[in-house]
Amino acid sequence: MSSYLRIRNLFKNFGDFTALKDISLDIEDGEFVCFLGPSGCGKTTLLRAIAGLDLQSYGSVEQAGRDISDLPVTQRDFGIVFQSYALFPNLTIERNIAFGLENLGKSKAEVGARVTELLDLVNLADQRKKYPAQLSGGQQQRIALARAIATSPGLLLLDEPLSALDAKVRVHLRHQIKELQRKLGVTTIMVTHDQEEALAMADRIVVMNHGVIEQVGTPTEIYREPRSLFVADFIGETNQIHSTVTEPGCLALGRARLRGQTGELAPGQKVVATIRPEDIVPHEPAFREAEDSDSLLEVTVDEMEFLGSFWRSRLTGAALDSEVLYADFSINAVRRLSIDEGKSLTIELPPSRLIAFAAAGSAGETHGEHG
Amino acid sequence: MAFRKTLLTAAAVSLLVATAAKAEVELTVYTAVEAEDLKRYAETFNQDHPDIKINWVRDSTGIVTAKLLAEKNNPQADVVWGLAATSLLLLKTEGMLEPYAPKGVEKLDKKFVDKSNPPAWVGMDAWVASVCYNTVEAGKLGLPMPKSWKDLTDPAYKGHLIMPNPNSSGTGFLDVSSWLQMFGEKGGWDYMDALHENIARYTHSGSAPCKLAAAGEIPIGISFAFRGAKSKAAGAPLEIIVPEEGVGWDMEATAIIAGTAKLEAAKTLVDWSITKKANEMYNTGYAVVAMPGVAKPVEFFPENLVDKMIDNDFEFAANNRAAILEEWQKRYDSKSDPKG
Amino acid sequence: MASTADALAAAGRPPKARPIKPRLGRDDLIMRGFMAVIALYLVIAIALPLYAMLSKSFSTYSFDLTAYEFQVSDEVGNFDAPPVSAAALNDELQAVSPEDLSTSSDGRLPATSFFPDFSFRSPVMYKIRGTSADAVYLVGTERFSGTEWREVDSNNFRRVMLRPARDIGFANYVTYFSTPALFQSIENSIFISALSTIITVTLAFGFAYALSRSCMRLKGFFRLVALAPILVPSLLPGIGLVYLFGNQGMIKELLLGESIYGPIGIVIGSVFFTFPHAMIIITTALAISDARLYEAAECLKASRWKIFWTVTVPGARYGLISAAFVVFNLVITDFGLPKVIGGQYNMLAVDIYKQVIGQQNFEMGAVVSVVLLMPALVAFAVDRQVQKKQVALLSARSVPYQPKPNRRFDWLAFGYCGLIAVFIVGLLAVCQYAALIKFWPYDLSLSLKNYAFDLMDGGGWDSYYNSIQMALLTAVAGTAVVFVGAYMVEKTKGFETGRSLFQLLAMLPMAIPGMVLGLAYIFFFNEPANPLNFIYGTMAILVICTVTHFYTVSHLTAVTALKQMDREFESVAASLKQPFYKLFRVVTVPVCLPTILDISIYLFVNAMTTVSAVIFLYSPTTTLASVAVLNMNDAGDIAPAAAMGMMIFYTNAGARLIHLAVSKGVLKRTQAWRFR
Repeated sequence: MSSYLRIRNLFKNFGDFTALKDISLDIEDGEFVCFLGPSGCGKTTLLRAIAGLDLQSYGSVEQAGRDISDLPVTQRDFGIVFQSYALFPNLTIERNIAFGLENLGKSKAEVGARVTELLDLVNLADQRKKYPAQLSGGQQQRIALARAIATSPGLLLLDEPLSALDAKVRVHLRHQIKELQRKLGVTTIMVTHDQEEALAMADRIVVMNHGVIEQVGTPTEIYREPRSLFVADFIGETNQIHSTVTEPGCLALGRARLRGQTGELAPGQKVVATIRPEDIVPHEPAFREAEDSDSLLEVTVDEMEFLGSFWRSRLTGAALDSEVLYADFSINAVRRLSIDEGKSLTIELPPSRLIAFAAAGSAGETHGEHG
Repeated sequence: MAFRKTLLTAAAVSLLVATAAKAEVELTVYTAVEAEDLKRYAETFNQDHPDIKINWVRDSTGIVTAKLLAEKNNPQADVVWGLAATSLLLLKTEGMLEPYAPKGVEKLDKKFVDKSNPPAWVGMDAWVASVCYNTVEAGKLGLPMPKSWKDLTDPAYKGHLIMPNPNSSGTGFLDVSSWLQMFGEKGGWDYMDALHENIARYTHSGSAPCKLAAAGEIPIGISFAFRGAKSKAAGAPLEIIVPEEGVGWDMEATAIIAGTAKLEAAKTLVDWSITKKANEMYNTGYAVVAMPGVAKPVEFFPENLVDKMIDNDFEFAANNRAAILEEWQKRYDSKSDPKG
Repeated sequence: MASTADALAAAGRPPKARPIKPRLGRDDLIMRGFMAVIALYLVIAIALPLYAMLSKSFSTYSFDLTAYEFQVSDEVGNFDAPPVSAAALNDELQAVSPEDLSTSSDGRLPATSFFPDFSFRSPVMYKIRGTSADAVYLVGTERFSGTEWREVDSNNFRRVMLRPARDIGFANYVTYFSTPALFQSIENSIFISALSTIITVTLAFGFAYALSRSCMRLKGFFRLVALAPILVPSLLPGIGLVYLFGNQGMIKELLLGESIYGPIGIVIGSVFFTFPHAMIIITTALAISDARLYEAAECLKASRWKIFWTVTVPGARYGLISAAFVVFNLVITDFGLPKVIGGQYNMLAVDIYKQVIGQQNFEMGAVVSVVLLMPALVAFAVDRQVQKKQVALLSARSVPYQPKPNRRFDWLAFGYCGLIAVFIVGLLAVCQYAALIKFWPYDLSLSLKNYAFDLMDGGGWDSYYNSIQMALLTAVAGTAVVFVGAYMVEKTKGFETGRSLFQLLAMLPMAIPGMVLGLAYIFFFNEPANPLNFIYGTMAILVICTVTHFYTVSHLTAVTALKQMDREFESVAASLKQPFYKLFRVVTVPVCLPTILDISIYLFVNAMTTVSAVIFLYSPTTTLASVAVLNMNDAGDIAPAAAMGMMIFYTNAGARLIHLAVSKGVLKRTQAWRFR
């Protein structure tokens, strides 16, 4: 079965500037996909191309087997929610929701019933006679959502729907939207620059940078197995250490030699080795054997910062030269091993978690394939 | 029900018939005749010709002339009734007038008929230059009453004279043209050089100097007799002076615009415009009319006016107009600040 | 690994490049249709008339001596000598210099110029003919043309006049700049405009400063009074000044013997009618000044004087510059005031009138128009630049300044504003008083005889009703065209070139003086070949001209309001498959209703007072009140002119009141959403 939304070789140019470069992507029916990336990466441009609001320069878009590449907005099948909500300020909540339901040949009563249903769905049944300005930001966003799904579109597009809200409301609304999407089963694309939001809500995440797709995958894939330095850096936090590939599976970090994932990187190539702070563990021979002796490193704890559930520790060491590593040590480990500022300790960098990428600026963006 | 329907139809039919009977030709008539006279003119005309409706297009002489010239390639007017002969001569040389000898044209004073045969225009009444003298204001300033054009160059009158700018007023031009005809080319310009020293300012309108004199805004205004008589009638302390050297004049005249689609009606109007009745009608405001023997003295008009009218050479005026105006502008219009 | 495909991708293009062309939906087509119609309107209402005017200014008249041939007989009337052309004769005699050959459309050249020994008494006969069918000459007032020989005796030969032929060239401009009487006006216009600008901006700044920085009483009243001059035609203050300072003026002694007719009158009148424009702009500029700067300055113990020069003036500088250019432009393009009170002082706008109406020299009128266009264009361009900067300032986040009471300063401000209010109200009151006097200055009893407009030049009471009709039509049609046009430019997608062209067209009218626009309309619409010729002389052309004349400000107002609307409304409506016109009707118009009402009252008031644009275009059935004021004043009927001017004032004041009431009512009904 072919996918619900097929995007092929999409380009978007603004004069000399290429905003989208050769984007191809499949989105399955009922899926919740997030376009994630820093501002200016092209995620909103891609969304607007799918919606037909700003047409792509080249390439095709198919929705449910229908080529919609060049269709005007009105002939496409989607609902959309904008960051600004774009609620009609002079219409009441119910008239806002009913806006798309009018002139569909429905009776007033039918429209009214549908509006009630939608208001119930977003838990705002008691607000129907109010004007948008009389509602809170979160409420307004829910109304915008209700309006977008009123006509039961096949595709729901959300353009940074939560970024104008304050943090608490945002987390709350995240759940509501996700829940609603599951209930309706509507294929949904959400644009966001907030990785936490993407990780929490998406079935799959499309990470974009500079107009290209860096990686497509489930939240865990994206987090655990980034396929480019950009993804590794952009999603979550990671240490980046300049190093060199000595031989396949082997990296020179400062004076240390460590085993890691080098993929197809050639020996002698300058690379950036990455490892997430929580993947660095203190070596406890009594407790657990190291996977490999080539993954141990002698370091000194420079500084420790208490962040609630763990200690973020700044590590330096002779072997690292001037490089610095950050590691998150659990409270238990810190207590057990009496880790403290100024103390030396041995840490383990598990080879499966130490991933090398070609250093930026070196030939190609090819990254270490692994697994 | 049926009865009512019939009644309605009958009413409709009778209405239609009534309109048909009144079916009018509408003539667009351009004119510079004073607004207050227009209604009377149309009404008097309609007493004899109720089937021709006149749509007046009224404005000052300059504007009507400009309008007609601007519309040269696409004339909007059918007839011009009451425009300065100087303007009509201009239109004639542009080939815009339809030559036509109205019935009874032979009864008019030759002066009042265009020289061509058939004539391109026929005159109605004369419009004579005069000096309006405000006795009250002049008295306050101790200005003697001038008797001649030459008197006006007396330095005593410095800053107390107003006259129309010939570049924007037909009256102004007829003054200038008459001085050039009376005093000769050199004498005329010398006279104007001297007069210019006394002029407070030049107005854009020909009637304004007299009205301003009537309002005391200036003691002496060079204007035309008709306007002076009207202001005097309105109670202004005015004396209307006819300078003894003679006065320039222009006439209001009538012509058919070439190419009009309503030639028959236009001819009817022009025929009527030179009848005795029409001339009597003109006489209510103008002391001098085209048909000899018709004119009765008009109240407040100076008596010796007709005798003082110069033998105006309209052809001279028309053919030298551009050159005269240019010369005038060169001499007097660049003076930016007419103080003292 | 750089493949061709990668290279293409880097170039922003797929290997098999087939660009996507949007398929246009019904909405797009309708919107483009609308935009095309309104763009076409602007092209017809501005671009083409201006082009017609420009070409007119290059249309010259000169005597083509090669087009005429003469033959002279001997004493007994035998034509033995060969025919000779006028050109040949002139080469020989140098009778007419090349400069004298260039003339106006009314030019005449006596044929006798080429025959120095001509005597009208001689028995010699002359023959004349044209060498082409277009050569025109007059014998007396009779017009002849064509190649046929025409024989005239000496007595009539002196009446033979050659007529000029039409040509294209710079001759009109050469004439203009070599005629001191004409080009002197440039200096005069610039001098008067500059002087009025300095005075108006200074006075208005003081007034705006008092309004926004003091705690004086009656602020609302002062603001209202300061706006009053907008409601009257610019020439009304001229009439008021005649009554005050004319030779029979009530307080003419104050002028110390100087004449009010001339620069003094024009400047005082200009200050009167431009004052509100400057005041509005400067008040806005002062309102956006940041209170935090004042607090900082006060903390530094700066004196009020120092704060004024270091904070207030620099903060309002863009407003001041903008106000200066607006005032300059208003004065230099104004026609009514110098016409009424300018006396012998020539200004460009009046020159156009004199050339066209006084001398029927349309070509020279067009040349003066082009000259007048230049300073107006420069002022306009500078103002646009400044406006852009001002906008940037506006969007900065600042805290509005709240003045604190200061007895001495407040009384000073009150006194100052009071003086200005007395000046404005006084001038209007004088006009009203004069209008009610029977026969100034000889019979001071009150009467309504000056309201018997039907007995005066200018179109009578009809012109008053025509004006109201014209203003209403302008307000309704103009608002519709302007708002729909602004919506199309602001909210359509794609079609970039079309939209920027439209923007340009919409900005153009502001730079076009009314006189120039009106004259351009004659040239364009009165051309019989023009299919739109039929609107010439109708109410329609007056409405079109007025809407066009005031298009830019209305357009900018509409655009500003539309910019405040969420850009995504259209996207949302489209995604809900709703046509744009439903959105327009249900959301855009109701939300922008206050702005729409503002635009219509702006158009109404200006249509009531405008003179310059319509002076060339009104017809006897469409005379207008504002033009009647001018014409009655021109004919010396000053009191009735004042009466009509005050009628315009009361009508506009009434319209404003109605507008206020309607706005309130409408706001209550449709803008409920604005209030939480």
